[in-house]
Amino acid sequence: MGLRSEDLVRFSWGALHGYPARTLLMLLAMAIGVAAVLILTALGEGARRYVVGEFASLGTNLLIVLPGRSETAGINPSTLMGETPRDLTLDDALALQRSPLVRRIAPINVGSAPVSHDSRSRDILVLGSSHELLAIRHWELAQGRFLPAVDLDRAVPVAVIGSKVRDELFGADPALGEWIRLGERRFRVIGIMASEGRSIGVDVQDTAIVPVASAQQLFNTSSLFRLLVEARDREAIAPARRQILEILRKRHQGERDVTVITQDAVLATFDEILGALTYAVGGIAAISLAVAGILIMNLMLVAVSERTAEIGLLKALGASHGQILGLILVEALLLSLLGALLGLLLGELGCWLIRASFPVLPAYAPFWVVLAVVALTLLTGLLFSLLPARRAARLDPVLALYGR
Amino acid sequence: MIELRGIHRHFRVGDQEVHALDGIDLQITAGAYVSIMGPSGSGKSTLLNLLGLLDRPSAGSYRLDGRDVTDLSDLQQAAVRNQKIGFVFQMFHLVPRLSAAENVALPLLLAGVPPRERTPRVVQALTELGLAERMQHKPDQLYGGQRQRVAIARATVTEPELLLADEPTGNLDHHSGQEVIRILESLNARGITLVMVTHDPEMGQRARRRLHMLDGRLEQDHGAA
Repeated sequence: MGLRSEDLVRFSWGALHGYPARTLLMLLAMAIGVAAVLILTALGEGARRYVVGEFASLGTNLLIVLPGRSETAGINPSTLMGETPRDLTLDDALALQRSPLVRRIAPINVGSAPVSHDSRSRDILVLGSSHELLAIRHWELAQGRFLPAVDLDRAVPVAVIGSKVRDELFGADPALGEWIRLGERRFRVIGIMASEGRSIGVDVQDTAIVPVASAQQLFNTSSLFRLLVEARDREAIAPARRQILEILRKRHQGERDVTVITQDAVLATFDEILGALTYAVGGIAAISLAVAGILIMNLMLVAVSERTAEIGLLKALGASHGQILGLILVEALLLSLLGALLGLLLGELGCWLIRASFPVLPAYAPFWVVLAVVALTLLTGLLFSLLPARRAARLDPVLALYGR
Repeated sequence: MIELRGIHRHFRVGDQEVHALDGIDLQITAGAYVSIMGPSGSGKSTLLNLLGLLDRPSAGSYRLDGRDVTDLSDLQQAAVRNQKIGFVFQMFHLVPRLSAAENVALPLLLAGVPPRERTPRVVQALTELGLAERMQHKPDQLYGGQRQRVAIARATVTEPELLLADEPTGNLDHHSGQEVIRILESLNARGITLVMVTHDPEMGQRARRRLHMLDGRLEQDHGAA
């Protein structure tokens, strides 16, 4: 003989209905616990994704080569002899380009120069680089083309300008194909940067980008500000770094006088810290679920003693130990399930409110957290109702019926 | 039908040993109508609970329908209670949130009888007790006599062989009490074994066999077959 499962669920459901105040209280406790976990992990995850996103806008698998050695390694021959470190040159860039670990390379030269068109003139930042800069930095063009794919040492008189520069020089007039004057040289505008082209440290909108050789002529220099190198893939970052250092050491007469920064190393650290933070916060929130579990245990104990006579009656009518146990556990499970669903609703609402108030923060709870929190809620409900259920199952029917 | 041999039941209350039943030997034939009378604390309710497998004796053996049920497991005892025994209580013990029909369906539900089979049996049991119009009423919408009739319907819906009644009229006015006792007697007339605990000598005298208990012992046994 066995209780049919639909009867079991219906009976437990009826029992929950029979004590609305108690049921609501337990639901609320569960729901708040679940919502807390969701909202806090969503916050942590949102912060992590925000930071990762900011770094990704710098470029992926990016290595940055700077002239000079940044390690404070104490005294070396160059400091004693008062030498300045050797400059990075276009030839260095060409040498690195031959490495199979390098996918793209963009030399960078930066300077300030007056820009003018017709009668309008102002000072802007001029960036000398190559056509690969666009792909390395994940920038986009609003109009026209980016720098042409020519040899690095060819000074082609073309320029790509930011939208702010365009507005200030041309107003509403078309800018593509027009000539502008940068310093003493004339450049033809071949492209306009899209307004989303934003990157940490550089306001692209207030910039003119020209071929690196042209920039060197403009600033009368043969050196480079830095080299942006995109490694072939994520695994190639570390070997590429070693190789870059080795190639440049050979080219610089055995002197290690450059610094290579990998962006991914910084990013990974942030990723790790924020990930750990999310776990910690989520874990703290999960404690509130345990608290809800204890509340459920107490209220289920109350429920069992409130329903002592009913349980005794069920025993007299032929309910076995196991059936009573099952009834109470199913009741707790139903309750936990409802609580979890209510909590999910509440949590999603909370996350939505956060996203609505802080649009930069992608506050979404990861899907596995949603699954885990539902599982945890069910487990908590089940675990903490085991004791009350066992107490109910062990009730002496005589005592239960006669209340003695 | 029922065969008790040397039944003892001891309780420990504080550091005092209470002998609720002190050596009971009793045989009850199938279809009998037995009343158990005696003062409070004489052990009559304890005896009834033992007969209903709600309690286990400290010593002695209990055979029901030729089967030794003294040491059955919890599960087996539950099955025997469900299939062979019906209870009627003084306090009715209806589940307040369930309708009359749902209360009556409980033992069938516990036995896993599917709803399609359950409903006609419940309707029949309630109709026989004149409650066809009251099936969807909650217990608090019924008066005492009706509540006890719902409880009797619940006790008989599984068609048990043994009906145990503990002061079935104790909470009822005279008229309702008469009504309930007539129903129980008519069930007995149809072959069900009826064992009833009562304070009320008038009720007790109606039984064909009358047991008097004192201090956990059977003092008198009138009308044994």
